[in-house]
Amino acid sequence: MNGTTTLSIPNLRFQPTDWIESLWNGLLRLFAIIPLCVLVFILGKIFSNGAETITWEFLSKTPVQGMTEGGIFPCIFGTISITLLMILMALPLGVGAAVYLVEYAGQGFWVRMIRAAVNNLAGVPSIIFGLFGVGFFILFVGRNIDHVLRTGLLFGQPCMLWAAATLAVLVLPVIIVSTEEALNAVPQSHRAASQALGATKWQTIVHVVLPQARGGILTGAILAISRGAGETAPILFTGCAYYLPRLPVTKLFGVIPMINPLDQFMELSYHIFIMATQSMDAEKTLPIQYGTTLVLIALTFLLNLAAILFRMHFRKKLGQVSLQ
Amino acid sequence: MRTMSVLDMFEFKTDEETGTLPRKEARPKTPLSQIETHEGQPIKIMTRNLSVFYGINQALINVTMDIPQKAVTALIGPSGCGKSTFLRSLNRMNDSILGARTDGKVLIDGINIYAPGINVVALRRLAGMVFQKSNPFPKSIFDNVAYGPRLHGIQNASVLEELVEEALKKAALWEEVKDRLGRSALELSGGQQQRVCIARALAVNPEIVLMDEPASALDPISTAKIEELIHELKKNYTIVIVTHNMQQAARVSDFTGYFYLGSLVEFGTTKKIFTTPDKKETEDYITGRFG
Repeated sequence: MNGTTTLSIPNLRFQPTDWIESLWNGLLRLFAIIPLCVLVFILGKIFSNGAETITWEFLSKTPVQGMTEGGIFPCIFGTISITLLMILMALPLGVGAAVYLVEYAGQGFWVRMIRAAVNNLAGVPSIIFGLFGVGFFILFVGRNIDHVLRTGLLFGQPCMLWAAATLAVLVLPVIIVSTEEALNAVPQSHRAASQALGATKWQTIVHVVLPQARGGILTGAILAISRGAGETAPILFTGCAYYLPRLPVTKLFGVIPMINPLDQFMELSYHIFIMATQSMDAEKTLPIQYGTTLVLIALTFLLNLAAILFRMHFRKKLGQVSLQ
Repeated sequence: MRTMSVLDMFEFKTDEETGTLPRKEARPKTPLSQIETHEGQPIKIMTRNLSVFYGINQALINVTMDIPQKAVTALIGPSGCGKSTFLRSLNRMNDSILGARTDGKVLIDGINIYAPGINVVALRRLAGMVFQKSNPFPKSIFDNVAYGPRLHGIQNASVLEELVEEALKKAALWEEVKDRLGRSALELSGGQQQRVCIARALAVNPEIVLMDEPASALDPISTAKIEELIHELKKNYTIVIVTHNMQQAARVSDFTGYFYLGSLVEFGTTKKIFTTPDKKETEDYITGRFG
């Protein structure tokens, strides 16, 4: 042992690391600002170019003149319908799967496999989902339904139902993962208390666990909507149309108007895609493209906002409960 | 609510040949609780060679113990000695722990609760539990207490109100909360929350109340209230309480069991355990020379 094992007395005036500190500080701040700049640039460009296109006419009319003029109402209608249909399919399925994984499954080999599959599903490119939708939902499920029900070619072709189902598969991992987190955040002691009062597992889940996890589950729904509403690739082959002269609606029992899930539909993101790549005169449709983009962003934002308000409402309810 | 009978713990299966319920003669004629006595008290819970394993660890080793009816039995011992495991095995709360395995018997009124065909849900109504950390649901005080009765099918609002009032009175909380039953239980103080949990356990009309260090997270005043309450409750309930606090065990209990390393070292009246214990280990622990 020699004397070098002790530290020297620190010199309070000498600060050799000062400039390195500020260099890193500045660099990291720059990195953090870059995403903000990109977002501001995108939104700014869309707003400045698209804002003047947005009129009541644009929002409420159908496209005319080979889609170089007119409005985009069918696309808005299609986007809202398919998002609702998607979340209706994905939410029960995803929440159910998460409840199983957290509350029932335990820690086996197959559970680990399922978790791995869910995580991998989240990383699959969206075009693959589109092809999967064609292969599985339309050609396999749809055609077989037609075969069994003898409905000719009704289910076995691209339509909103299969497009929504494809999107639902796409957003499933988002919902499962966020629901799992929400369920895990419910204190174990509440489950124990419920069971000690003679509640079955299912009663505990329904009356204690799910009410507390509602906020987190809705967060999952929000993320799923954000992910699914703007997707183009999965619906490319599974149901969206280049141009449709009518809205995908039908009358249930001949009276109640409803979305027709077996019809094709127009959709905002797909509309932007074809405007930019397939249009006869892409230059001429530029204002429509900007307008449509703005509407798509606004719509996604609104759907998100609705879900966030929902969540706040539930959180409030959880905090100040009232006498039933 | 229909009063709970121990026989409800059996899901009676119809006899395959006759298609009838098991004949009355098959049930124990005289409840064992009236036969066996311990220091003059009828026995409510008997354990016979009860062992609990968590994976390969044995947390409880061959515990044989008679817990008297309508009295307070305290379980003491250093951390990890198995007293909580023992308590949890009395209403089969260990069932939900992954890898937990139980050997031996626990007889409540002479019925082995680990026998096949026992309805665990009914068992837990018979033997309620209060946990170390108060764990009211994030619901109103009313909904917390009404949770159990609602689970078991009581919908009628006036009946529920009656049950909630009764349970809160038993838990000595009614006067403090009667004007704010609709407020969240989480707004209450720690001691009040714990009494909500006690009221919640009492609302399903149990015969046994298992308490796992119910006052360990409370201030002295709240602790005193809980202890007073326990004293009051033993008139109607069989109470088993796990505690780290030796003075508390001495104050509230009639019988005391000392656990060490998963075994029951000594069991007897609290007076005897605290004054003239048979075993030297018990004396060492009681007097603070070990622990």
